Amino acid sequence: MLQDQDRIFTNLYGHHDWRLAGARARGDWDGTKEIMAMGQPWIIDEMKASGLRGRGGAGFPTGLKWSFMPKTETDRPHYLVVNADEGEPGTCKDRDMMRFDPHKLVEGCLLASFAMNAHACYIYIRGEFYNEASNLQVAIDEAYEAGLIGKNACGSGWDFDLYLHRGAGAYICGEETALIESLEGKKGQPRLKPPFPAGVGLYGCPTTVNNVESIAVAPTILRRGASWFAGIGRLNNTGTKVFCISGHVNRPCNVEEEMGIPLKELIDKHCDGVIGGWENLQAIIPGGSSVPCLPSTICNDILMDFDSLRDVKSGLGTAAVMVMDKSVDIIAVITRLAAFYKHESCGQCTPCREGTGWMYRIMQRLVSGQASPEEIDMLEEVTYQIEGHTICALGDAAAWPIQGLIRHFRPQLEQRIQDFRDGKFPRAA
Amino acid sequence: MSLRRLAKEQPESFVFTDEHQARAEKIIAKYPAGYQASAVIPLLDLAQRQDRWVTKPAIEYIAAMLDMDVIRVLEVATFYTMFNLNPVGKSHIQVCTNLPCMLRGCADVVRACEDKLGVKFGGTTADGDFTLSEVECAGACVNAPIVAVDDDYYEDLDYESMGKLIDAIKAGNPPSPGSATGRQGAAPAGDRKSLTEDPTPTYSARDWAAAKQKFEEAQEAARKAKENA
Repeated sequence: MLQDQDRIFTNLYGHHDWRLAGARARGDWDGTKEIMAMGQPWIIDEMKASGLRGRGGAGFPTGLKWSFMPKTETDRPHYLVVNADEGEPGTCKDRDMMRFDPHKLVEGCLLASFAMNAHACYIYIRGEFYNEASNLQVAIDEAYEAGLIGKNACGSGWDFDLYLHRGAGAYICGEETALIESLEGKKGQPRLKPPFPAGVGLYGCPTTVNNVESIAVAPTILRRGASWFAGIGRLNNTGTKVFCISGHVNRPCNVEEEMGIPLKELIDKHCDGVIGGWENLQAIIPGGSSVPCLPSTICNDILMDFDSLRDVKSGLGTAAVMVMDKSVDIIAVITRLAAFYKHESCGQCTPCREGTGWMYRIMQRLVSGQASPEEIDMLEEVTYQIEGHTICALGDAAAWPIQGLIRHFRPQLEQRIQDFRDGKFPRAA
Repeated sequence: MSLRRLAKEQPESFVFTDEHQARAEKIIAKYPAGYQASAVIPLLDLAQRQDRWVTKPAIEYIAAMLDMDVIRVLEVATFYTMFNLNPVGKSHIQVCTNLPCMLRGCADVVRACEDKLGVKFGGTTADGDFTLSEVECAGACVNAPIVAVDDDYYEDLDYESMGKLIDAIKAGNPPSPGSATGRQGAAPAGDRKSLTEDPTPTYSARDWAAAKQKFEEAQEAARKAKENA
């Protein structure tokens, strides 16, 4: 188990002062100028060496992403955009980082922007997080006031401006190019790639979009050294990660733990176990609503990191673990997610716009048992018609939960249809 | 995608109050010259704070202010679900019904709202005090079930505490936002197994000069290796 001294978010629960004085006492803004004096190549090299993989879901190496930005600034300014549009069902980590540890993010924005030759950074926060945005704005104002950002930030000679931008309730704006569109004042509809944002991003300028957690951990990594961070976790899955454990556990919570912690240990240690005991576990969704669910048989010895979850055809995603005990109707669960994706499809690509509706309608028939058994295969076929045929990954994200359901819970689907035909479902109340 | 249309009945005109006008100008200044369209979402939000909903005259007013086509602002207003395109009550109760809330019993919370207010999702009470809405994931899942009352999140609710919350709002005395069960943030209820120690850092500052030297040597070695190859 991770020791407190190796935790980055030491105020994750808000027990301490979140403002500048408290943040400084916890080690933030310590030696920021010295880090910047090491130079941009060193920062990017150190981030690469730390093995940090993006915390927003895809798990792309952060240092590598930073290195894709043009090395010198031309007439087009560079931008860093921080993705704080946290909306993946199950995920609530960025919220607590922003309301209780906002200075980690502000300092991270400065260091990351400096590393990528950006003089301006926008934080795109979801509109619903009004109070969180207020805290973050206070932190930004404090940092300006103390000379930590703004002209000659931290006395480094680097000018840096940080702006907060509130969204207005669209899940799709968590996709990086949709976020850029939204920030430009348009509907949040993803752009075709290439060109990638590092070439043509915000206002047509080189842009990098990073998740809040990826940016907020950067200052601590640079301060304590890449080898410290890389020494935690497993090869290619290094460091610490904030897990959000929701659903049927005795004590749902957010907790920062080592990457690759066994799922069972995570739930038993921090959440006081599954409701009704480990044997009562039916399934988990390990990384936010977009990743396929896993039945309890796989859950026993699974490790919580990118590669081990990929090996069982799921994913770490945002590390939002949703736990379901045996009282849950797993078909209704996936139907609810299908409804969510139907609601949140931006409508740009036909396979997703129409397909999410089709999937939801078939799921409604399956949940009530009124479908025919062939429709299970038809539904699976529809998911593969959507996956990979859309501009962004929302189409994939809508298809995967249903693929997971069919992969692991096909007998239950068939049983439901049979029960309906036998008059055993819906059960009499 | 959800189908959203402007309300049939619209007011005659819209103009920002002096205070909001000043705030709007500050918001526009955040974005580079020529890219003032970026301010459209914050300005629509400001208009909504003024009227409680987004009206057609407000859309036209903001379009003129930002030098945008009205259709572009209309697209934004209808795309983003936080913009109320119809009048809402004095308190806007937004119940999350997504999966984590569903697993923790949001059906009871919905029932409490319906019982107390006598309206279904999308409805406004006859006295105009409350509007009840269903929202997708509010992003506070470990504190499920969640209800947002305007900007404030109320967490860890059940049938009883939701009823009490509505009563308190009716009495003009809403509780402070946060967990109904009194837990701190997203910490586990009761004893926690992490973050129990003093958060003062225990590590010492790095030797920056040594780190820099090491990096330069490594770069030099890499350059030589490249030359030799």
